[in-house]
Amino acid sequence: MEPLEGKKSRYGMAIDLDRCTGCGSCMVACAVENNVAPAEERADTNTGTTWLRVYPLEGGRKNGAQDVAFVPMFCQHCEHETPCITVCPQNAVDIDPLTGIVGQIPQRCLGCRYCMTACPYHARSFNWWDPRWPEGMEQTLNPDVAPRMRGVVEKCNFCHARLHAARAKAAIAGSREIAPEDYVPACVESCPAQAIIFGDLADPASEVARRARSPEAFRFLASLGTEPKIYYTSTRTWVREKAEHPVESGQRVGAPAESPVGA
Amino acid sequence: MDEALITRGTSRMPWKKFLLWILPWTVVLGFGLYGTYLCLAEGLNQTNMNNRFAFGLWIYLDLTVIALGAGAFFTGFLLYILRRHELQAVINSAVVLGLICYSGAVAVLMVDVGQPLRAWFTFWHPNVHSMLTEVTFCLTCYLTVLLIEYLPIVLKNRKLREIPRFLVFEFELHKLMPVLAGLGTFLSFFHQGSLGGLYGVLRGRPFAFREELGIWPSTFFLFILSAAAAGPSFVLVTTWLVQKLSRKQLVRPEVFRFLGKVSGILLIVYVLLKTIDTIFWINSTSPSVGFPAFSYYTSASFGTWILFGEIAVLGLVPALLLLSKRMRSKSYVLFSAALLTCCGVMLNRYVMTIQTLALPTLPFDQFMGYSPSWQEVATFLAVIAYGVILYSLSFRYLTLFPQERELNKPSWR
Repeated sequence: MEPLEGKKSRYGMAIDLDRCTGCGSCMVACAVENNVAPAEERADTNTGTTWLRVYPLEGGRKNGAQDVAFVPMFCQHCEHETPCITVCPQNAVDIDPLTGIVGQIPQRCLGCRYCMTACPYHARSFNWWDPRWPEGMEQTLNPDVAPRMRGVVEKCNFCHARLHAARAKAAIAGSREIAPEDYVPACVESCPAQAIIFGDLADPASEVARRARSPEAFRFLASLGTEPKIYYTSTRTWVREKAEHPVESGQRVGAPAESPVGA
Repeated sequence: MDEALITRGTSRMPWKKFLLWILPWTVVLGFGLYGTYLCLAEGLNQTNMNNRFAFGLWIYLDLTVIALGAGAFFTGFLLYILRRHELQAVINSAVVLGLICYSGAVAVLMVDVGQPLRAWFTFWHPNVHSMLTEVTFCLTCYLTVLLIEYLPIVLKNRKLREIPRFLVFEFELHKLMPVLAGLGTFLSFFHQGSLGGLYGVLRGRPFAFREELGIWPSTFFLFILSAAAAGPSFVLVTTWLVQKLSRKQLVRPEVFRFLGKVSGILLIVYVLLKTIDTIFWINSTSPSVGFPAFSYYTSASFGTWILFGEIAVLGLVPALLLLSKRMRSKSYVLFSAALLTCCGVMLNRYVMTIQTLALPTLPFDQFMGYSPSWQEVATFLAVIAYGVILYSLSFRYLTLFPQERELNKPSWR
């Protein structure tokens, strides 16, 4: 197949953790947009399907009280030696050279879950059950997004259906470039605090690229060298230090047992 | 009733007593198949695996039985390639053990994946960069080799060999044994290594990730060595067990001692390289990505005792025992050391599969616990039961131990 012609974008996000209130609107919007089925009765935090999860991060103090930051965590669309791409035995994961989006092909997925083992961000969900919607609720399904079957893995794909819609709109207008305002993922659109900025990191003039270059910007597990495209910003030093040094001296990695937001 | 099927010159328990032996294992197999059915019909929600613990008991089982089943390829390599003829005494048994281990592993894999009917996709859309692709190809090929190696053992059954066509076919097939042994060694080298590579390439899991030697992580080579060390020990342990259960001498003691010596040599090399690898990992590989090694051992479930246990207690100790001629001459020491070797490899596989996933990676992660559901345990038991049944039938009706007849000649007054 001939490679697609076009501008090479690198879509990514910058999330302001000082704005995020942990409300979870992004999680709900993501589930609705991407036809994530309601959880089965026996499902729990770790067996329910969610492409995006907001975690509380504790460790600082503010005005004498414990400070907490809320961290929306999802597929980081790693650019370099993407862990899930290299391990998939049947090429069901790929990175789009034109957009940098790491996509999942559910129809090819064997359900071996090796990609889930490889992902350090726990960004992937497996369909432990057949997806089922209560009667009548199937009317809420997004016709632009295919539901996934039992036994396959799924994850954030930056609302790929919206990318297709933006490209279609640009094509109708006779343009090869999509307008940034036409391609906005659901989580970005829904955030009441406007904490999530989405755009092309390869465009130095874009807001997301500007924020990614700011001194307050950091990435989780950047030391692993996978070049994630999700940047987080915070003026709180302890938040940046937690992200960049998950293991403090004399301490073990990890939080005390506590449920994440939205559990 | 079935004496005509039993090898001439050997004796086996009466068939009614044999049925009494087989029956409970058949019940376990049936129970296990029910658990398997539930997983296939209802989905993998029947297990206790989850999005954080995506691999569980079954993957541990797969890695372990494949390591222990390495006795098949390694015994074949020693016998047919290095011409160690004393292993003719155990090669048939080793092949059956290998067949049980590999077929059991493949069967469990078919239950473990979410879409078993898509298993052929790996052959149609292979990812040349993925260790799991390599494992799939090699396992499939090697299972085929094992089936072909098992065929002449079956065709040599007392009744079947009366059919001239089968006898000729078996004779001709036997000429291919060195080729099959070489092919088996080649395939096993790669899939044993790739199973180690499965974890060694996980950049996102600093606990498992290792530096590359050539294009493979160090775990690739360590898994090959540990499997080659465990294989002969597993053959030794199972042969010893079958001797005890059948109350017959099946092989000469020097065969056991040779298996023990081979295992000891490989094990000491493995312990040395594993120690070097661990030191390098503690001081360089892991801390270089922001994860000091001490952080992995702060949980009571996975304290430093597990590292010490794996390398020293279940590695160095049995290696030294097996290397000592005086110790090898004592059957209880030989058996115990071989058993410790097998346990050491089982512990290594456990650490790689379970501890890797239990450990947090993100600062808001939790240390994860996992215990298998009854359906997972049932499927695991089904594999054990299947192995016992197949081995029992093979021992009863096939010549697994050529020396048995000579070693158990009736004494004449």
